[in-house]
Amino acid sequence: MYLTKEEERMCNGELGKGMQEAINLLIAIGDAYDAEKMIPISRAHAASSGQEGDLYFVELLADGGARCRVPTSTNPVYDIPFFHRLFEILKYEADVARRVMEAYKRVGAILSWSCIPYMAENIPLYGETVAFSESSATPYVNSVIGARTNREAAQSALAAGVIGKTPEYGLHFKENRKGTHLVKVEATLKDEFDYTLLGYYVGKQIGYGIPVLTGISKQPNTEELINFCAMSNVPGAISMFYMPRFTVEASTVEEAFQGDIPEDKISVTDHDLKQVYGELQTTSGKIDFVMLGCPHYTLKQVEEVAGLLQGKKIHDGVSFWVCTSATTKTLAEKTGYVDVIEMAGGHVVVDTCIDEPCWAVYTDKVGMTDSPKCAYYRRFKEVRLGRLEDCVETAVKGK
Amino acid sequence: MKPPSRGNRGMKNSKISLKCHKIVGGYGEGEALVSHEPICFYLTDPKTGIVREKDHELAGKNLANKVLVFPSGKASSVVQIDGLFKLASHNVAPKAMIVKDVETVLIVSAFLVKVPLVDRLEKDPFEIIHTGDFVEVDAEKSQVTVTKRDTK
Repeated sequence: MYLTKEEERMCNGELGKGMQEAINLLIAIGDAYDAEKMIPISRAHAASSGQEGDLYFVELLADGGARCRVPTSTNPVYDIPFFHRLFEILKYEADVARRVMEAYKRVGAILSWSCIPYMAENIPLYGETVAFSESSATPYVNSVIGARTNREAAQSALAAGVIGKTPEYGLHFKENRKGTHLVKVEATLKDEFDYTLLGYYVGKQIGYGIPVLTGISKQPNTEELINFCAMSNVPGAISMFYMPRFTVEASTVEEAFQGDIPEDKISVTDHDLKQVYGELQTTSGKIDFVMLGCPHYTLKQVEEVAGLLQGKKIHDGVSFWVCTSATTKTLAEKTGYVDVIEMAGGHVVVDTCIDEPCWAVYTDKVGMTDSPKCAYYRRFKEVRLGRLEDCVETAVKGK
Repeated sequence: MKPPSRGNRGMKNSKISLKCHKIVGGYGEGEALVSHEPICFYLTDPKTGIVREKDHELAGKNLANKVLVFPSGKASSVVQIDGLFKLASHNVAPKAMIVKDVETVLIVSAFLVKVPLVDRLEKDPFEIIHTGDFVEVDAEKSQVTVTKRDTK
């Protein structure tokens, strides 16, 4: 791969050990894909996770004096003091999380701790070259926004944020952004929940590829698209998709396939979505807690929860959680939604995700969620799956 | 099982040298462990290196200190990287990895734990290399050397 004078200096360690590690990782990736050069990026999103591998690399960069050259946001970890008040957290795990969060701060990242940073803290525009990890953020910025990113790992995205560049390969080229699978949606998509099932089904059917979805009659809203992105990357690896007319990069099916429309197509029926639902739900009985906000809830979804809980009380035996970003919670507090949820006995919690060790207390419990992703990676015993309103209703009734 | 030491090969010593493409540099040698299915390092026992994934071709086999030959990685970036990282911190990571289809997450995983990673062998690795062969991966020289087990 061709390196500029400055890149060579980084590579030789002249700009510090942190920069050297970062560029060496990008060079390994570039070499693997036969990239000819590095290209500048305008922003990055590092899917920090608070686990040991994450800690190792971010500390390596921070200790080596690296600082992000472009805005670089972070994925959920967890608010240690907040969870310490509620649950027991192993000292070792809390130490790892604390060190991860401190190291991202030292490296100059935007401490968004959110899996949907493209909504508020770090928003790419159409055509921007970026490096976004987080399997649900990658397809959103590629498809809904029309920015260009490869499917990055947390570390390659962080390295790109530190260097301000990424190797030029894959989805940075238009010819690699063409559709691979034609998906005919025959199912009725009523709401956000149906889009979670659609995403899961499409990801499972295709595995790896760029689906082009037709047959969707109504413009999906932001939350529906966020859900589609997140869920299609649970059983599959979908870094980009097209819904011609509704996503920005192609207005027709022909354009999405760059003229190369495949003969085979996959169809999705109501029956298929029902089956996905049946596969993911392991119980329909009594629950111990409700977990909403995987991916993080938007302000609109927090408002919806507050609306449904207005004047109601969550059942004594049920804990009720809504995960969102600090930005959204601040606004939800100002607007009064958080008060309503807390009055009803629920919690709005920031900076975290069900996949974090702070939820270990639920290992033997039964949870209900509106997220197939949360159900799939479940860290609890049994899972009930339902629409947002069903989750709230069940929380109030206790069963 | 202890990998044969370098001094052991000899007798009928049929060695095959193959050119490859370096992704993550370094040198690693050991007994080959071949998987025709993609591998997720998270689904191994981090203390021993034994594959825990039910129904996997390598279920119950140990990948510690082996030269791992497999088609590609799989699973989310977070779990894959954490999985290999945990193996390496218990000194039971593979010594080197030879793959067919490489993707970013696997590159990052190998880079972090400094395990040599190569692809594009000049011949199909699944035809040339079998479990138990002795394999030297010199990523810096873009060379893989295979000593067949049945020649000893």
